[in-house]
Amino acid sequence: MPRLEDEAPGTPNVIVSDRSMAENLTGNWRNLRPIIDPARCTGCLICWKFCPEACVELTQKVPLIHMEYCKGCGVCVEECPPACIEFQPEDAS
Amino acid sequence: MRKVLMGNHCAAVAAALAKVDVVSAYPITPQTQSVELLAEMEASGRFKGRFMRVESEHSAMAELLGAATAGARTFTSTSSQGLAYMHELLHWVSGARLPVVMVEVNRALAAPWNLWADQTDSLSQRDTGWMQFYCSDNQEILDTVLLAYRIAEQAAIPAMVVFDGFVLSHTYEAVDVPAQEDVDRFLPPYQPRQQLDVKRPLAFGSLTGPRDYIRLRRRLDGDLRRSIELVERAGREFERIFGRRYGLWEEYRCEDAEALLVASGAPGSTAKEAVDALRARGRRAGLLRLRAFRPFPAEALRRFVKAQTPLAVVDRNCSPGTGGIFFQEIKAALYPHPAPPPVYGFIAGLGGGDITQELLEEIWLEAADKRAEPGAARVEPVWMEDPR
Repeated sequence: MPRLEDEAPGTPNVIVSDRSMAENLTGNWRNLRPIIDPARCTGCLICWKFCPEACVELTQKVPLIHMEYCKGCGVCVEECPPACIEFQPEDAS
Repeated sequence: MRKVLMGNHCAAVAAALAKVDVVSAYPITPQTQSVELLAEMEASGRFKGRFMRVESEHSAMAELLGAATAGARTFTSTSSQGLAYMHELLHWVSGARLPVVMVEVNRALAAPWNLWADQTDSLSQRDTGWMQFYCSDNQEILDTVLLAYRIAEQAAIPAMVVFDGFVLSHTYEAVDVPAQEDVDRFLPPYQPRQQLDVKRPLAFGSLTGPRDYIRLRRRLDGDLRRSIELVERAGREFERIFGRRYGLWEEYRCEDAEALLVASGAPGSTAKEAVDALRARGRRAGLLRLRAFRPFPAEALRRFVKAQTPLAVVDRNCSPGTGGIFFQEIKAALYPHPAPPPVYGFIAGLGGGDITQELLEEIWLEAADKRAEPGAARVEPVWMEDPR
């Protein structure tokens, strides 16, 4: 198997990024995708309040979940009072 | 200028001479006076850096992580429980390759509560990626803080300057305080390789996958090994300016020795008296006083030892279940070896017990006269005490 050779002094000893933290997308961490059923959504905003990533947006009655950032933690699925958010496997959606 | 200073004040004076930008610290016995004096010097205008007051040692090191990332030369000091509380941030600082310099005054860890000298606190931070230098007198404390900045900034690796609680921290000795212009010649301003700058934002220390992570660890391991050369070079430069020489270790009357004491910290100074006393009685004693624990001078040690010269390693520390930590490191460095010397481990002075000249003579005789059973002694340490 290949050896991991010592690198010459001068090669980077830390990794820094000059990209904006706003680009630090976390959507690819997700295995399950939360899908809101608009017919049953009451617009209560519990999903917005509980989302630990703050990626639920309130521009309309039915909230919009930003999939670039949603990690698929399922807090909204668990907490939704009318149980109108369902998890679907990523490869199925 | 010669002054009479306690060990803690030597550390503070050295930090001020190093023109540290940011000090952040939380008081703990026996370290407190080292930063208390810096706070007083800041209040009176004699220290131009900023003294940041914090609510814990964890916060102190977190502040220095930020300050050093922004390009500041930084200093703190702690002991025992405070160091243990800092542990998480020690990994952060070394992984971020920031040359923070910290004074670590050895004190035993609880329980039970104890205030006195014991190296288990600093040695239990062995794997954090920090350099560790052990000092034997107050002059060496002052000088080693200056050396630590020079070496840490060249290696981009943080450094601890370690000395014995009370035995050195609170004891006054005559010390040569170097002139500011000489220190400036030895220690140029810190030039970070990359730094936080609000005009050019960068993200530091963010999530890294295994491919990059193992390579960064490979760099840190390699750079810490290579820093042996930086320690020796800085020692030679220091000697040219200040006339005092410091290396990875100090040899004392080793040439024709029957057996060698191996000691660190203040007992490494007492051990010279023990060697002289044994020599006066016709015994050929010698001393190897270890200064650098990280980087560990394993290669040099392998070349230095002789099969017929046993080593009597004195540890004021204990890793329960395995014994003295210097003892373990030395044995590991000497395996395999074509002609290994017998290595005896002795634990003494835990929790501040005096490691007296007479006790060190007894320890040397245990190894030189093979009183300690070689088989058992090579695996298990021998526990010693001066009962007076």
